[in-house]
Amino acid sequence: MINAVQELFESLARHPVRSLLTAGSVAWGLFVLVLLLGLGNGLQNGVAWMFRDDATNSLWVYQGETTKPFKGHRIGRPVRFRDADFDALQREVDELEHITGRFRAPVDPILTYNGRYASFDLRSVHPDHQIIEGTQIIGGRFLNPRDLDHKRKVIVIGREVAEFLFRGSDPLGEWVDLAGTPFRVVGVFEDVGGSEEMKIVYIPITTSRALFRGADRMHQIMFTIGDGTVEESQAIEEEVRAALGQRHHFDPADRRAVRVRNNVERYGQVLTLFGLLRAFVWVVGLGTVLAGVVGVSNIMLVSVKERTAEIGLRKAVGARPAGIVRQIVAEAVLLTTVSGYIGLVAGVAAIELLARFMTDNEWLREPSVDLRAAGLAALTLVLFGALAGFFPAWRAASIHPIEALRDA
Amino acid sequence: MIRLRKLNKSYETGGHALHVLRDLDLDIEPGELVSIMGSSGSGKSTLLNILGILDAYDSGTYHLGDTLIRGLDERKAAAYRNELIGFVFQSFHLLPFKNAVENVALPLYYRGISRRNRQARAMELLERVGLSEWSDHLPNQLSGGQKQRVAIARALIGNPRVVLADEPTGALDSTTSEEIMALLEEVHATGMTVVIVTHESDIAARTQRTILLRDGVVVS
Repeated sequence: MINAVQELFESLARHPVRSLLTAGSVAWGLFVLVLLLGLGNGLQNGVAWMFRDDATNSLWVYQGETTKPFKGHRIGRPVRFRDADFDALQREVDELEHITGRFRAPVDPILTYNGRYASFDLRSVHPDHQIIEGTQIIGGRFLNPRDLDHKRKVIVIGREVAEFLFRGSDPLGEWVDLAGTPFRVVGVFEDVGGSEEMKIVYIPITTSRALFRGADRMHQIMFTIGDGTVEESQAIEEEVRAALGQRHHFDPADRRAVRVRNNVERYGQVLTLFGLLRAFVWVVGLGTVLAGVVGVSNIMLVSVKERTAEIGLRKAVGARPAGIVRQIVAEAVLLTTVSGYIGLVAGVAAIELLARFMTDNEWLREPSVDLRAAGLAALTLVLFGALAGFFPAWRAASIHPIEALRDA
Repeated sequence: MIRLRKLNKSYETGGHALHVLRDLDLDIEPGELVSIMGSSGSGKSTLLNILGILDAYDSGTYHLGDTLIRGLDERKAAAYRNELIGFVFQSFHLLPFKNAVENVALPLYYRGISRRNRQARAMELLERVGLSEWSDHLPNQLSGGQKQRVAIARALIGNPRVVLADEPTGALDSTTSEEIMALLEEVHATGMTVVIVTHESDIAARTQRTILLRDGVVVS
């Protein structure tokens, strides 16, 4: 055993430049594979993070205008949502889980507290909006049904709003002035969507409509549908179009009478994209590794050819074919595994460095290599090494001593 | 030591069977020093390959000592070559990246003998061929005669039944040829059976007996 190992290293050390270059190509291949896998993970994490902002199982329905004639109605009629539509959807769409409307005030009103004032994005919503938007309450509470029933003048403000108006003092229970009407702050929230999403204030949709003469109107309806598949979400989308079409007399096939943003479908598309990206990364990475392995095989073939006389002599003095095969395969395995391991370690190190120094990049979030994949790659490498050695080894074993030793 | 009976060997070449050895009978006694001569095409290379268990034959029998050499698989053939035969070649066939002592020790590697033991034994053999001071030299640092001495030491290290030398002086000048022949005679003097294939009659003349081959049969 020790003998064989000595022979192995002597043999590889005979052509140091060649061995190093060959090893380098395998190392490079694995480095690229690991790097690509890590970056792929990072990209996926980054996008998943962006989607974390909002419920990915939601459908957003916007008002539109008819573009197709329907039962004698002219085209270009605006479709306007009312409470009755909201109630109808709630009643008719079984899969519907949480639902909220959004009423938009005609102007973004000024918010004033203690002499400080600014205009913030005002959203007039139902309580379920919290779930659909992914709003995280850090003090107090969100809007509740009783706020809506009693058209209470309560307001939930984003962290940045709180910081601007209250400068560190506790905003809960304080009264702020919104378009000349006092509102009591009942909650402060954070949103993972970033700072823009924390410059928002929420008030009950009923209060808002009373204040801004909105009657029973709303501009947008958003709802979640549990954990349905993309296909189910598309079916629900059609259901919604049909239900609204019946109420507002438009063709359900008229895509612009109401516009639907299907987040399930969008997220599904992103996931599909990442599935493809992942497959692509594996193909490219493995291709690179394979190129390295083919290089090893090639070099071993050249080496066997060069060593024809040597192998012939070894056979003449008693080397068995199995011994020859074992040596060649062992050389190939040693070359690929050692160099592959170096590539693996270098790749993991590069990913770690990236993770450390690119912390604030939105697209690349916590790039990482999962150890199972790395282990699998390492194991595959040993197999590839053996494979790379096998053909040259077989060639070597079939060398006939007589021909090898015949004097030229 | 060597006994061939009705040995036949033919090669397929381009659809034609070339009958190289025809019903060959041959006896070489233990401790004999013999030469095999013959023009090219006489079958002497083929005979040497069969004697060296490097090639199989078609029919007949080949006994090396008490061992019948016939129908061996590669594994068994390799083991027999290692134990029973010492080879000396015209162009030496030393491994260029191994020094003299390592080259001599090579056959013992395939017996699984430890590095230390085979190096020690190889040193004894190098001493016997007068090259103990050259043990750590690589082949390209040695003269032709020295290389052939190393090769002879390698042939002897496994205590073979027979030493087969294929044109052992073919690549050497006459003075060096003389030395190598003297060394082979010394080896013979220790009781070793030595078979030399040559086409030089003055080399053949120094052996006890010359076997002349023509068209695959022994003429004398």
